[in-house]
Amino acid sequence: MTVLNEMKLTFLSRSANEGFSRMAVAAFFAQLDPTVDEIADIKTAVSEAVTNAIVHGYRDTIGTVYITARILEGGRAYVKIRDRGCGIADVKQAMEPLFTTAPDEERAGLGFAVMQSFMDSVRVYSKEGKGTTVVLCKTLGVRMGR
Amino acid sequence: MAVELVQSPSRLTARLSGEIDHHSARGMRESIDRAVTGLSPRELELDFSGVGFMDSSGIGLVMGRYKLIRRYGGRLYLSGLSPQLQRVMKLSGVDRLAVIEQKGQKRG
Repeated sequence: MTVLNEMKLTFLSRSANEGFSRMAVAAFFAQLDPTVDEIADIKTAVSEAVTNAIVHGYRDTIGTVYITARILEGGRAYVKIRDRGCGIADVKQAMEPLFTTAPDEERAGLGFAVMQSFMDSVRVYSKEGKGTTVVLCKTLGVRMGR
Repeated sequence: MAVELVQSPSRLTARLSGEIDHHSARGMRESIDRAVTGLSPRELELDFSGVGFMDSSGIGLVMGRYKLIRRYGGRLYLSGLSPQLQRVMKLSGVDRLAVIEQKGQKRG
């Protein structure tokens, strides 16, 4: 699919960057003239993926989080969130609602459920010791028939 | 201040403001829990009308406060939920743990 526009963002896995990164991604997609709901959906999904990278990928350490956001043909928003952290041993299990490895921090275990609910597609690639990549896609403007 | 605590005879209201994510939830949780532990109110209300954004960290915040207030035999109330917040809440079913109060209007 043709890439119409692209931006890249790299930042340290500090929790203060959760807000910064979702707002930067939302600002990039503003050029697609999204609805308030669409932008809220993307912000929420990005926030979940970035928080996973910070809380789980780089648990007890500080690393770099890499985001690539693309605008594809047909009003399709693409966001890739990647870390080089610990990776996920069992992706299927990690994606099950309520599964969490951080109950003490009041993580509800619903990050992937939120991503799946708010985006059209969620793909997860992970290798233990290598890191995790989450790819989120959503076509904007479909519900409005634009 | 991300949490403003208002006390009435039977109810403690925590007016949350700003964005709720993993970064901000910790501070909110600490100030609410300090007040609940000190006052042991019968009713705890989390007022979300000043919250513009929330991810699943907000669900953890609600679930944790539900567990805490239940320890004191109290009830949890949620108010001021915008459509975006309601969607996140509904996904988790945590809206079934609490009484949802529809005030509708933004506080001044």
